[in-house]
Amino acid sequence: MSEEIKLMKGNEAIAHAAIRCGCDGYFGYPITPQSEIMETLMEEEPWKTTGMVVLQAESEVGAINMVYGGAGSGKKVMTSSSSPGISLKQEGISYIAGADLPCLIVNVMRGGPGLGTIQPSQADYFQAVKGGGHGDYQQIVLAPASVQEMADFTVLGFELAFKYLNPVMILADGIIGQMMEKVSLPLFQKRMTDEEIKEKYPWAAYGKPSHRKPNVISSLEIESVEMEKRNQRFQAKYRKIEENEVRFEELECQDAEYMLVAFGTSARVCQKTVELAREQGIKLGLIRPITLWPFPKNEIAKYTSQVKCFFSIEMNAGQMVEDVRLAVNGKTEVAYYGRMGGIVPSPDEVIEFVKTKMV
Amino acid sequence: MAIQNIIKPENLVYTKSKILTDIPMHYCPGCSHGVVNKLMAEVIEEMGIQEDVIGVAPVGCAVFIYKFLDIDFQQAAHGRAPAVATAIKRLMPNKYVFTYQGDGDLAAIGTAETIHACNRGENILIIYINNGIYGMTGGQMAPTTIDGMKTATCPYGRNNEVNGYPLNITNLLAILEGTCYVTRQSVHNAGSVRKTKQAILKGFKNSMLGKGTSVIEVVSTCNSGWKMTPEQANNWMVENMFPVYPMGDLKDL
Repeated sequence: MSEEIKLMKGNEAIAHAAIRCGCDGYFGYPITPQSEIMETLMEEEPWKTTGMVVLQAESEVGAINMVYGGAGSGKKVMTSSSSPGISLKQEGISYIAGADLPCLIVNVMRGGPGLGTIQPSQADYFQAVKGGGHGDYQQIVLAPASVQEMADFTVLGFELAFKYLNPVMILADGIIGQMMEKVSLPLFQKRMTDEEIKEKYPWAAYGKPSHRKPNVISSLEIESVEMEKRNQRFQAKYRKIEENEVRFEELECQDAEYMLVAFGTSARVCQKTVELAREQGIKLGLIRPITLWPFPKNEIAKYTSQVKCFFSIEMNAGQMVEDVRLAVNGKTEVAYYGRMGGIVPSPDEVIEFVKTKMV
Repeated sequence: MAIQNIIKPENLVYTKSKILTDIPMHYCPGCSHGVVNKLMAEVIEEMGIQEDVIGVAPVGCAVFIYKFLDIDFQQAAHGRAPAVATAIKRLMPNKYVFTYQGDGDLAAIGTAETIHACNRGENILIIYINNGIYGMTGGQMAPTTIDGMKTATCPYGRNNEVNGYPLNITNLLAILEGTCYVTRQSVHNAGSVRKTKQAILKGFKNSMLGKGTSVIEVVSTCNSGWKMTPEQANNWMVENMFPVYPMGDLKDL
């Protein structure tokens, strides 16, 4: 099949990519600015073609627990929401992480706290990368900066979820969800059959044949000695993910004296900022973390001797800047600039801020 | 007659279901859970559906039901079993899927999941143990605690002004378009045990007929939580709970 290039919204790209990559089930609840994901799925009616189940749940809580049930059956399942709805899902995400289940969760962030605003924001960074729900767990967090990446990370997200049996979150924002760009959609993959699932995921609860012990999907372990062992196993898994799955992109870093660090929409703003800075003779570069967890700390640390100041540019009150500081570990300056409440910083604002820190 | 002659296979009148594991049940002596767990095992064995059944365990006293039945299970967050079961059944429509939940799980924290799974007519079986109390956490007031009944969080008895009214959620579920079979049973004597077993059998069969959700409420005793002997608890249940939660079918389509 030849490459298909389409013009669509980021939210729509996720829906199409999900159908194409053989997703078995989507469970969601409407919330702005991501409702087009479920709307597109309902319009496409994939249950008639690939057999994918699409269900509008009674709440975000219902939806994430449906994802738990689907994932426990060895199926490729996902949900999507926006900030307040993602808060409601945290209990379920903790259970999913605690039961070693794979799934994809999409958060198209809006400004908070509380009901906040429907405008784009990156204020759920802490919630996404530091756990969010209760207990010591981590989810893999992918930060798309284009409509193309919304589609690509849907496919990648499922791959990583099943590779590590762990929840994966796509952390986008209202702009990436709503803006239209060209996108090359992934090729169609067949959904796995029940027989293939049994063979590939022998842990799944699909009904117990007489020859094996029951498969029990659970995060419960009453014996604290056993629960500690389970935690140690989780931590070992997280270290392996940190070792293998860091993804990032560099722009004009080679000779940079000043370095922006930004993800998602902020990174798009910063690409323009770097271009403007270079025109003005300022040696500015950009590191764009693609995985927010695992965070590209070594890749940032590599530049501490060369860079006079790192700038964490965010659409929040300064969250990722803490991880940049940890990576830099006091070896050079780290500054934060950002806007909150649904405001997107402009390249001019960012460059003016950079200049205030130039020596 | 010599013992060897008595224990011949042809003289066997009762045996433990093969679906019940050898793990000792943690339920208190006198509690209804053990009986209902056993009935689940018997029905699954008699229907021959071990390979095709997936249970969803609740939070509460029955959280470890997955240790007692030799079938695949998913353990759900408190109240979320009907949502978990919804996805399992939708993704594997040829499987028998049931939830097993207490009154706190089903009628308090999981009210939304319960009502909406039933209202969508999910082809699942819901087993609902109503003993009017939170057993596992030490005997607190449940949504179904009856008026005047004393618990750890209504130590002077449930008072409508302070605590509101006992929630008869099964009556609510019976009026929903999505339910096909809604019944209220008990397991306090031999007759009621047999009726409950028949109800479970019907509920499982319904889930393959595409008729909608089956709900079996089992009005149950929690003699430890009620601070009674098993016998006192059975009598108290008949005298005090049955008038509020009367036995019988509410709906059978």
